[in-house]
Amino acid sequence: MKRPELIARFLIVTGILLAVGAPLFLWARTPLIHARMAEDGGWNPDIIQAQVGKPLHLKITSDDVVHGFAVGQMDMQSVDILPGKVTDITLNFDKPGIYTFYCTRWCGLNHWRMRGTIEVSGSPLDPEPVSPPLYVSLDLDLDAPHEAPLIPADQPSAINGQPLTATNSITLSREDYLTHSPYDVFTELKNTSLTEEQRWDVVAYIWQSNTTSVSFANGKELYAQNCAACHGENGAGDGVFADDLAIAGESSMQSMEGAMDMVMQSPVDFTDPHRMLGASPALLQGKILRGGMGTGMPMWGSIFTEEQIWDLIAYIYSFQFEYQN
Amino acid sequence: MAKIELTRIPFIKNILKSRYPQLAVFIVMLIGYIFAILAGLIGTPVGSHNFSIVFVWIAWWALLILVAVPFFGRGWCAVCPIPLPGEWLQRGAVLSPPDKRPKWLNLRVPKMFRNIWLQNISFLLLALFSSVLLTTPNITGIVLAAMLFAAIGLSTVFERRAFCRYLCPVGGFIGLYSQTAPVELRIKDKQVCVTCEGKPCYNGSSTGYGCPWDIFPGGLTKNTYCGLCMECIRTCPHDNIAVNLRPFSADLAKPSTRMDEAFKAFIMLGSAIIYAGVLLGPWGAFKDAAYNVGSGAWFIYAVVFLAIIFVVLPGLFTLGILNTKNALPLKQRFASLSTALIPLGLMFWVAFSLSFVLTNASYIIAALSDPLGLGWNLFGTANMAWQPMLTSILAPAQTLVLVGGLIWSARTAQKAAGEVKVSPIPVIVYCLLATCLMLWLLL
Repeated sequence: MKRPELIARFLIVTGILLAVGAPLFLWARTPLIHARMAEDGGWNPDIIQAQVGKPLHLKITSDDVVHGFAVGQMDMQSVDILPGKVTDITLNFDKPGIYTFYCTRWCGLNHWRMRGTIEVSGSPLDPEPVSPPLYVSLDLDLDAPHEAPLIPADQPSAINGQPLTATNSITLSREDYLTHSPYDVFTELKNTSLTEEQRWDVVAYIWQSNTTSVSFANGKELYAQNCAACHGENGAGDGVFADDLAIAGESSMQSMEGAMDMVMQSPVDFTDPHRMLGASPALLQGKILRGGMGTGMPMWGSIFTEEQIWDLIAYIYSFQFEYQN
Repeated sequence: MAKIELTRIPFIKNILKSRYPQLAVFIVMLIGYIFAILAGLIGTPVGSHNFSIVFVWIAWWALLILVAVPFFGRGWCAVCPIPLPGEWLQRGAVLSPPDKRPKWLNLRVPKMFRNIWLQNISFLLLALFSSVLLTTPNITGIVLAAMLFAAIGLSTVFERRAFCRYLCPVGGFIGLYSQTAPVELRIKDKQVCVTCEGKPCYNGSSTGYGCPWDIFPGGLTKNTYCGLCMECIRTCPHDNIAVNLRPFSADLAKPSTRMDEAFKAFIMLGSAIIYAGVLLGPWGAFKDAAYNVGSGAWFIYAVVFLAIIFVVLPGLFTLGILNTKNALPLKQRFASLSTALIPLGLMFWVAFSLSFVLTNASYIIAALSDPLGLGWNLFGTANMAWQPMLTSILAPAQTLVLVGGLIWSARTAQKAAGEVKVSPIPVIVYCLLATCLMLWLLL
């Protein structure tokens, strides 16, 4: 074979090998977390290993729409993950455990299922005692009906309830607030000289006084980011995904064993006084922590801190009560 | 304007006669092509950030339709890497012909396929799936790979470049529009070819291969099927092959009489109109139908697409020329007069391409730094924001191009009508209406 022919062949083969090998090699050596809508697989990989005290560097990209990345129960701002762009994130863990990372953008009907876990190993720098959530301590049956048999004719007003509470020296401890429903407190006020309407106003004020403007605002933000897509901006259960959930029916539910026996539930209407005035904060905590068990409601316990859940609950009650600005 | 023989310039002639410059470009193109396949298959599925989509459907397409085809005709085919691997297998060599050639089947392409109907079909197949093809890297990667393997496969069964000549979906329309280009490859003296023994330009010799495009240069009168591979320049023992500069659309002076070419003109014209409506228009339902391949809406879209191309456009054209009665059969008048649609179709594609190329060109710079979407930043441009370019001149430029195309087609219609001795008015009116429709869709 003539030399020029040999060189030409060598160059072509080398070029082909280069064109195939180089991108494959570099692709294989670039660890990327891919975010896809839950319907298309969610996070990949969805289990990440990390160590206490050792920074965890992540490179994340979206393969479809805009997603958000955040780690539950960590003090971090969510990060947007843009289609085709790679976002670098560094996380530091100071205690071992299994952390949930999740999507913070409403990316699709099953957005709520877009979760993964970070398994952090190592010794805790500052071990903390673990206590069971309040609803567990109270042994509340989350699935039993807790409806208020009596509801107010008009929306109770915290503004009207404030002077009545002071005049009648009505007090309620934080613990009682957490463990009682508004209807429970309304019932306990029947020994006072207040009318029914005034008793509801007092309840409204007590509920308002158990939150601060900061935690209320925090709860409002959490609600808007995480709940409004299904439950609606005004809590009426008519969020942008509500209709889609209804259309999707059971197929949108968890594919756990026995799913066929489950009944599709529309997102809960927080403006329904029967449901909300019969629910104690502890009960709502349990529902939020655990999730819907067969409905589209995800488990938030691995994502929200306890403080965030109380903030959220305080805000959810505002759909029942007229608070001061 | 008289013709200017470029091959009189020694530098150009030496470049074209030597295989090395072309081989160097082939290798670079082949690397790029294979990289585009891989990028499509393993890179980010986000089209606007994937090399395969950005470099094939924005960068390459812009170069092809805005520069290569209008000014160099089949210039792209001269450096297209798709035939290279198959041709190597077929010939058993990359450069000069070897002493012993491999024993492949080396069959002639059956006569019934020796036209551009297969190219028309392959283009239409891609056109029907184009919304997905243009945006989904995986699909682009698969299609690019399929074209490469088809070319290799056909090279082992049939003689010469059967894929390029009869199947390549891109080659079909490049050939059609190459007739308008101001570059041509022709013989210098016909008599030399007539008396030439052995016809090495077609049959090959020890110095080179026979025409890979199955053309006898001595009979070459238009650009359509000459792939500008320059092999005949290397094999001609009489130095009788020239590459000339000439006036635009010189080939259109002699109208085609072939129905496959006539329908190619309608396919390209119709596709440009439909794409302008579906991809650039404000009708979301059309877009959804085009994107949701396999859905009921898509099947309706496909039927409408084909109906516009094969029924509406040719039907209206036929109605228009029905009154131009003369001794020639309608079929022949149809084929000849459809030549006038060639400049119009090319300008429709230029105007349509200007829109999405200028809108999306900034993706090229970003994708250059991170071609696979893996977070690289090779040239520091990976995070460059999307920015439409030259938006202020887009509408005037499109208008100019479309109106220019109309005038060009009207002039071509006059010539074609003169050849078949009928009035050009119906064809000009047809072109005018099509241009108005395109103007409305684009502006």
